Amino acid sequence: MTKSELIAHIAERNPHLYQRDVERIVSTIFDEIAAALSRGDRVELRGFGAFSVKKRDARLGRNPRTGESVDVSEKCVPYFKTGKQLRDLLNADSE
Amino acid sequence: MSEQTITRAQLSEAVYQEVGLSRNESAELLEMVLEEISNALAAGESVKISSFGSFSVRQKGQRVGRNPKTGEEVPICPRRVLVFRPSQLLKGQINAGQEAKA
Repeated sequence: MTKSELIAHIAERNPHLYQRDVERIVSTIFDEIAAALSRGDRVELRGFGAFSVKKRDARLGRNPRTGESVDVSEKCVPYFKTGKQLRDLLNADSE
Repeated sequence: MSEQTITRAQLSEAVYQEVGLSRNESAELLEMVLEEISNALAAGESVKISSFGSFSVRQKGQRVGRNPKTGEEVPICPRRVLVFRPSQLLKGQINAGQEAKA
């Protein structure tokens, strides 16, 4: 499913809304999550999961093709931990 | 880091501010979005949100685990796990934000 398919599904379930507004709603949600992470905040959506930012220390990397060492500077990476309810939903059929 | 925690309340408030819907309906729409994503993933489909990232389901095989406290061996059943891969754009945005703060 892509973002536009997600928008289409939501629009289908809400015939009283303009497609344009559904697009803004979906974009706002992801933009807000991204903005929060950029500030270093955590986003916790109970049942679904939590987004957080993890710091990766600077390290000495290697160009796998040439074997040459390169400095990799410290950076932050977004991380998502699946919520319990969603984890259970993913494995619902096998139990 | 400021380490504030954003929850559904702030996200639905942002939706409320952005579109002229009631607070109640804004909250319902946020829930619907999470539900649609969850259902697609449960069906084994991956979800790609351009400029944000993608969620995909990975199948894990059975392996032998160990209770770290007792050292006892326990089988870990095959299961499906969710993986989130952030887009380059999101990664860039987060690092720009962290540098601005430093």
